[in-house]
Amino acid sequence: MAKVIGGIFTSHVPAIGGAIAKGLQDDPYWKPFFDGFHPIHAWLKDNRPDYVVTFSNDHGLNFFLDKMPTFAVGAAAQYDNADEGWGLPLFNSVPGSPELSWHIINTLVEEELDIVTCQEMLIDHALSIPLELAWPNRRTYDFKLVPVGINTVQHPLPSPKRALALGRAVHKAIESWPEDAKVLIFGTGGLSHQLDGERAGFMNPDYDRFCLDNLPSNPDALTRHSALDIVELSGSQGIEILNWIAARGAMGDWVREASRNYHIPISNTAAATVLMVPEDALVSA
Amino acid sequence: MQSTSAKRIIPGTPVFDGDAAQKGYAINAMCFSFNEAKNRQAFLDDEEAYCAKFKLTPEQREAVRQRNVLAMIAAGGNVYYLAKLAGIFGLNVQDLGAQQTGKSVPEFKQMLLDQAKGI
Repeated sequence: MAKVIGGIFTSHVPAIGGAIAKGLQDDPYWKPFFDGFHPIHAWLKDNRPDYVVTFSNDHGLNFFLDKMPTFAVGAAAQYDNADEGWGLPLFNSVPGSPELSWHIINTLVEEELDIVTCQEMLIDHALSIPLELAWPNRRTYDFKLVPVGINTVQHPLPSPKRALALGRAVHKAIESWPEDAKVLIFGTGGLSHQLDGERAGFMNPDYDRFCLDNLPSNPDALTRHSALDIVELSGSQGIEILNWIAARGAMGDWVREASRNYHIPISNTAAATVLMVPEDALVSA
Repeated sequence: MQSTSAKRIIPGTPVFDGDAAQKGYAINAMCFSFNEAKNRQAFLDDEEAYCAKFKLTPEQREAVRQRNVLAMIAAGGNVYYLAKLAGIFGLNVQDLGAQQTGKSVPEFKQMLLDQAKGI
């Protein structure tokens, strides 16, 4: 049976891609963020996933307001990065697994989580940057991707409770996948930040700490707030924590933090990077 | 039609809901088109014609003409889409933040740095 081996949680600020392109990992502004990946790189040397299941939000690349899915599951054989409007260099394509995608889709709908299926899906900076951070300078990937998209663009947004339920149902799907395979989970975005309105530039280290402290051992604590509560607490894009909540759900019940990095600011964002592993995992990182 | 339920007001924080999504459809559709380089060039070549093609409302057209982000948001613009238009103007998210908060760009960047004290 397939097994979740870990979860990587990280901010996906577009400017990180620019810093990577310019080789600024040791620049004084960027180093405190990039250093958060050292323990993850060490861990990944000993933990090679067969599949990567990701939770992120689309930034107006796949989805427009004509059709806006609350939850969308990719079922493509390949996922390409594409121009998001800034003409930046493109990141690598990532191979998909239609088989695992459809197994997850079937399980989710059986669990009464009625998602949208996407046999074609592009990946934007919310996935490309985290993958590049985890595996720098790869030209090809030896795992297969199943991306799950969560609407953070147009309210009403899904509740944190629903995001956690989505993740838990994905976990159930992974555990019932008959292949003896290792699955790594990603949750991307956040933490607190706000790009729009007179409150632009808002961050909230207290709320971020609450999230980071509770997510591994008590993720249900994050569901005491509604989506709009989180917008107020964490900023209008801080709501991307929904991706982290769903990803945490996909890891199963017993999880502990293996590494944590938190730094203010990266661009307009309180940036965080966390590695979580199953409670019983041995970690040398 | 306006939604009938009471709206949650979060000071200084746009909540892009169904009303905004309807109101802002045209300007957001134009911004969505900027995922393609040829459309960005078409906008730069003839901004008036490009805005007319997407049937921007007079309020949206004026906000774009003035490069005024708060006015674009008031006219229904969503920041995830507006960011693509901002890129055409060469504005990054610190430039956008400074404009919306009435600060200079160095002042806005300092405000971001100062929040590290809260860690």
